[in-house]
Amino acid sequence: MNGPHDLGGHMGFGPVAPQANEPLFHAHWEERALGVTLCSGALGLWTIDESRHARESLHPADYYSSSYYEIWIKALEALLVRHGCVSPAELVAGQAKSAGSGDRPVLKPQNVAAVLAKGAPCDRPDQGPARYGVGQRVRIRNVHPAGHTRIPGYAKGQVGVIEEIAGTFVFPDDNAHGKGENPQWLYRVVLEGRALWGDETDPLLTVSIDAWEGYLEPA
Amino acid sequence: MTHRDDHDHDNHLDPMDARVRALETILGAKGLIDPGSIDVIVDTYQNRIGPQNGARVVAKAWHDPDYADWLKLDATAAIASLGFTGRQGEHMRAVFNGPQTHNLVVCTLCSCYPWSVLGLPPVWYKSPPYRSRAVIDPRGVLAEFGVSLNEDVRIRVWDSTAELRYLVVPMRPAGTENYSEEALAALVTRDSMIGTGLVDIGT
Repeated sequence: MNGPHDLGGHMGFGPVAPQANEPLFHAHWEERALGVTLCSGALGLWTIDESRHARESLHPADYYSSSYYEIWIKALEALLVRHGCVSPAELVAGQAKSAGSGDRPVLKPQNVAAVLAKGAPCDRPDQGPARYGVGQRVRIRNVHPAGHTRIPGYAKGQVGVIEEIAGTFVFPDDNAHGKGENPQWLYRVVLEGRALWGDETDPLLTVSIDAWEGYLEPA
Repeated sequence: MTHRDDHDHDNHLDPMDARVRALETILGAKGLIDPGSIDVIVDTYQNRIGPQNGARVVAKAWHDPDYADWLKLDATAAIASLGFTGRQGEHMRAVFNGPQTHNLVVCTLCSCYPWSVLGLPPVWYKSPPYRSRAVIDPRGVLAEFGVSLNEDVRIRVWDSTAELRYLVVPMRPAGTENYSEEALAALVTRDSMIGTGLVDIGT
C-alpha cells in the first residue's frame, strides 16, 4: 500500500538528530512493549508480514505522531483483536472480561533464549530456476497494490541491475494476507542515484533494494 | 526527551505507560503471555545481544583474513560461528567499506535492523528523518553524524526491503596493526556498523 511507512525520498521531517549515549529504552513502558510484542508474536497467530502491514495501516496522522514502540503497540492491539485474543471492550476497560482459550503455545521464560537464537528463517527451497541473472537489467514494476508490499515507492518504474540472486524467500505480499507463503526468488537490485533523484544527485550514489521476482520485469 | 526521562520515577503514568500495562495485564490474565518472559527478553537485549556482538565480528574480520573471506561469502554462517544467530539476523550479509566505497544501511519501509549483531535499533534509525533521507541525501545525513567523506568516495545505500540484514564492516583504522582482536573490538562503534560512523583510534 502507498502508506505512511513508505518514507524513502520524502522531505520535511527535519534533521536526524542522533542522541549521544542514547539509552536502550526511553521509558519503562518501552521495555514492556518490546516484550509484549515478542511474546504475542510467539503465539503464532500472525506472520511478521501481517504485523508489518498492521503497522503501516495506521492512519498517517497517527503513524507520524507516534514513536516506533507506540506504532508497535497500536498495531499489536489491532492484531490481537483481529485474531480473537482480546476484545475492543477489554482494551477500553483495561482488564480481561473472559478467560483465554488456553490452546495457544505460550512463550515461557526458560524458552526465550532458544526462541530468539532460532529466529524465524524465511528462506525456502527453490521452486524452479531463477528468471533473472546477475548483471541483468530489470525494471521494478510500477504497481500500487492496496495490500502489503515491500516495493518502496521511490523504486517503482525504475531500471536497475541485479547484483545478487539471494535465494528463495516467503513472498510478503501474499503472506501478510493469509494467502500462503508462495515463496519466490529474491534479488538485490542496484539503482543509480541519478536515475532515482535527478541530475543534481551525487553521481557516485547507488541505492539497492531487495526485490522478489514478482516485483520485476525485463528492462 | 530529557524532560521525559527526568520523570521516570514519579507516580505519573503517561498514556502509553497505562496502555501497555493494561495490555500486559489482559494478556497475562488470559494466559496468553507469561510476564516473566518479558523480563528475560528485556534482559537479553540489555545485557547479551547488542553492538558488542557485531564489534566482535568486525574485529575478527580485521584480524583474520580467512574469516573476512568467509564473512564476505557466507555472513550468516561466519557470524553464527561466533554464537550470534536468530531473530532478525537469520539471513545476514556483510558489506565492506573501502577507501573508495562507503556503505550505509537503512530500512525506508519500517525498521529492519540486524538484531543478532547490533541489538535493538536506536530511535533515529526507526524515525522518519533518517528513513526518508538516507536514500536521497546520504551525505547530508552523514554530516549530521559528523562524518564527511571525500567527493570521490562512492556511497552505496542498502535499503533493507526484504529479510536480508546488513552489517557494515568499517575500515580498520591506521595505527592498529599491533592491536589484539579484543582491543580492535573495543574501537568498533554501533554507528560504524550501520554506516553512519567511521572507526578511528580516538573514538
